[in-house]
Amino acid sequence: MDILTLFIIVPIITVIALVFSKGLERSRVVSMIGSFIQLGMAINLVFAYLKEIKVNSNIMVFSKDLVWFKNFNIHYNIGVDGISVALILLTAIVVLAGVFISWKMKELPKEFFISLIVLSIGVYGVFISIDLFTLFLFFEIAVIPMYLLIGIWGSGPREYSAMKLTLMLMGASAVLLVGILGIYFNSNADGGALTFNILEIAKVHIPIEAQKLFFPFVFIGFAVISALFPFHTWSPDGHASAPTAVSMLHAGVLMKLGGYGVFRIAMFLLPEGALHWSWFFIILAAIGVVYGAFSAIRQSDLKYINAYASVSHLGLVLFALLTLNKIAWNGAIIQSLSHGLLTALFFALIGMIYGRTHTRDITKLGGLMKILPFIGAIYVITGLAYLGLPGFSGFVAEMNIFVGAFQQNSDTFNRILTILVVSSIVVTSVYILRLVGKIMMGPLETNDVNDLPKATWYEKTGILLLMIPVIGIGVAPFWLSEMIMKSLEPFIQGVL
Amino acid sequence: MNFSSFLLMRQEIILLTIILILVAAEIAISKTKKHSVVHLAIFLFGIHTIVGFFAMDSSSLFGGMFRTSGLIHFFKNVLNVGVLILLLQSADWLQEKIVLQNRGTEFFILLFSSLLGMYFMISAGDFLMFYLGLELSTLPVAALAAFEVTKRISSEAGIKFILSAALASGVSLFGISMLYSTSGSIYFDDIIKMISSTNLTLLGFILFFAGLAFKISLVPFHFWTADVYEGAPISVASYLSVISKGAAVFILMILLFTVFKTLIHVWENIIYVVALATMFIGNLFALRQQNMKRFLAFSSIAQAGFILLGLITGTQLGTATIIYFVMIYIFSNLAAFGVVQAISLKTGKENMNDYEGLYRTNPNLSLVMMLALFSLAGIPPVAGFFGKFFLFTAAASEGYYLLVFLAVVNVTISLYYYLLVVRAMFLRTNDQAIPYFKNKLYMRLGLLVTVVGILVIGLYSPLYDYIFELSKNLN
Repeated sequence: MDILTLFIIVPIITVIALVFSKGLERSRVVSMIGSFIQLGMAINLVFAYLKEIKVNSNIMVFSKDLVWFKNFNIHYNIGVDGISVALILLTAIVVLAGVFISWKMKELPKEFFISLIVLSIGVYGVFISIDLFTLFLFFEIAVIPMYLLIGIWGSGPREYSAMKLTLMLMGASAVLLVGILGIYFNSNADGGALTFNILEIAKVHIPIEAQKLFFPFVFIGFAVISALFPFHTWSPDGHASAPTAVSMLHAGVLMKLGGYGVFRIAMFLLPEGALHWSWFFIILAAIGVVYGAFSAIRQSDLKYINAYASVSHLGLVLFALLTLNKIAWNGAIIQSLSHGLLTALFFALIGMIYGRTHTRDITKLGGLMKILPFIGAIYVITGLAYLGLPGFSGFVAEMNIFVGAFQQNSDTFNRILTILVVSSIVVTSVYILRLVGKIMMGPLETNDVNDLPKATWYEKTGILLLMIPVIGIGVAPFWLSEMIMKSLEPFIQGVL
Repeated sequence: MNFSSFLLMRQEIILLTIILILVAAEIAISKTKKHSVVHLAIFLFGIHTIVGFFAMDSSSLFGGMFRTSGLIHFFKNVLNVGVLILLLQSADWLQEKIVLQNRGTEFFILLFSSLLGMYFMISAGDFLMFYLGLELSTLPVAALAAFEVTKRISSEAGIKFILSAALASGVSLFGISMLYSTSGSIYFDDIIKMISSTNLTLLGFILFFAGLAFKISLVPFHFWTADVYEGAPISVASYLSVISKGAAVFILMILLFTVFKTLIHVWENIIYVVALATMFIGNLFALRQQNMKRFLAFSSIAQAGFILLGLITGTQLGTATIIYFVMIYIFSNLAAFGVVQAISLKTGKENMNDYEGLYRTNPNLSLVMMLALFSLAGIPPVAGFFGKFFLFTAAASEGYYLLVFLAVVNVTISLYYYLLVVRAMFLRTNDQAIPYFKNKLYMRLGLLVTVVGILVIGLYSPLYDYIFELSKNLN
């Protein structure tokens, strides 16, 4: 069994073990063990990767290729580069933290953990796939458990939110399917056989007309899950209704599939299409960044604030990718990781606050720092990291993006947009600082002050799991940058 | 007629023998022991299904009236497996309701006769044999639709079906006679050589197509579907939606890809329009259905629309993909109907509201239903995803990108109503939920086979390769 297939096999074994375990205690321990093994494997993968690239100069390492449907030339073809390794590590961290945060899941715990793990299978699958068909298959596997996760365990208008989210994401993946078929049937443009293999298609010169035609399909198909404006409407509703761990996983990991797909499929395989369309989609992305930030100011529900903040920050990822600049690309990937960790932290903290105060309305919250010092302190740190304070991951990411987007080779159009987008940082600090000021430092709103229980060990474990890498990336970004920069080379050659 | 030609017809001959044995059993078995007929019939048909898997040569009999090939033989086996699952799922209903009225044997005789008709229809080498098969497969179903004599709605279904079917087959026969008048032969092989796109030929083709479109319930020949499904016993609705539709799709494909191959510039346009109409109307009407049988009726209309995406290609890829998809469709739809059947038999409830909170009381049935619906909707990793993906690939291979785009829009619409059932079963809680019940052995077996099929057919790629190899002969 190779090192990457294990990322599919271990969760499947976990799911099977969960099927046979009864009750909350068994289920959570089984999922914890399964996710723990995954995290161990992910950390091992990082080191193995760093060792491997010294001797192996291929774009994708640890690759394995098995024929699946030979008539369509569909393969089970897997491999990773630095970008996917980093995202796999992110996934493993967030899944394990999510399991800890759901430690007290009362209703149908077994089914909850099964859905959570199945979702993670889809995410891992996307990150290790080199074959477009398998990638698409895993992409859909990642989306569908969300319906049950939000619908069964959610709160508020859960049925509405679950349906809206599922239909918008599956509709997007249906559009993506057309794009994938378009790429597939043009993959023989240089006279070879039709293929779904990403690396081989990248070598083919797909006719420019076809690239222009299919780029929007592929781009929108992926970008909807990254909450591209104006297709972001599923995200606030979905996140607000979802249970804590699901919000964490969804905002933290699943939404990253969009940026990843845009980069690896849309831009890498259809570079001419990207050049042709980037002006249009970069405007949408920039609107998303600014609009998301301003919307977050107006919200009073903690989860809505965070959901709109995600729209803004993931818009930044798409924006950076579309500037077609390698430094900005590097920033986009670090931003993906950083946002994944930070937003997961935020949702975890919101879940803890909600679990104690039973409200997410900021007008009814205040002075939590005194009552819940651990949660309060982490909340403040997360907030500061989120608005890009140096020393945390957010700063590294945003710095790279804006420097890249404003570089010499960038034209006036991009520079004006960059200035607009930079302004969102100010808006971000407005809502973050206001939030911290009101609910943490502000006057007490509740009377039953001392009743709120302190953070438990499993909550603290989950939080620390996410907090350590945030500081790690912020303090020592170079090892990560190095790993990513090396993997960016094929993209730089292919697209720029 | 020697022994080897008997062997070529062995599917038909064995099935006919089973029918005769059942007639004898009806006479021989005393009234108090009639329930054993159900076991006997299922046992005999099981043997027939197994025997069917032995290889068969490609050849023709009776001067080309009757043909067999690897592909036809394979498809008969698919139908056999479908019918076997259907029998397993209806065994309890027969035992508890029909045998008491002393009509158990009739059910099997009628069902098997109809299946025999389908064998002849898909093995046909000329239009005479085709028409005989078509009639033999249709008429017993009308009797089956009206089988629950105590229910008015069932009789209504029977009448509705026989009237529409008679009209459709009359129209079809009219079309065949026009084709005969232009080409001077009813043999497929002769017509292939003689056919030309004169107006009379085209008119004949269109009338003929209308007759088969009725059996597949393509828009605008779909009006009978929902009413008949709702009124007929669930087993019969299930039979109509999978077996009958599957066989009709198969013969339509053979005729379009061989006999009418030269008219492709005509029928690709017809199919383009019909496919869009069928998908949109089937899906949009399914959105508002409350009765599970009507719901599945419109869903199966929409599925037929998707099948046309493979039909429009006229290539080997199209052939293989259609057969693959029909096979997946048979398993998925049988699983969905099986659950509806089980619940209806125990509680008499057939509405979507009644399924609310089902997961908390009957988790296994809900899971089977969810898998079936996901397969119909085309969600991985179950088989339906592969079937749909390949159908779209086949259509895109001929450049029908717009059609594929509209089809994926339809996939999203269909996902909505499939999720409505999932919502009722999983998301809702209900104090008056259907209480827990345990199915009998036959039903459990029937559902198990469909679930295994749904899970395995997609992931197991050699099956597709095998079908692709078989399809080579057709094109």
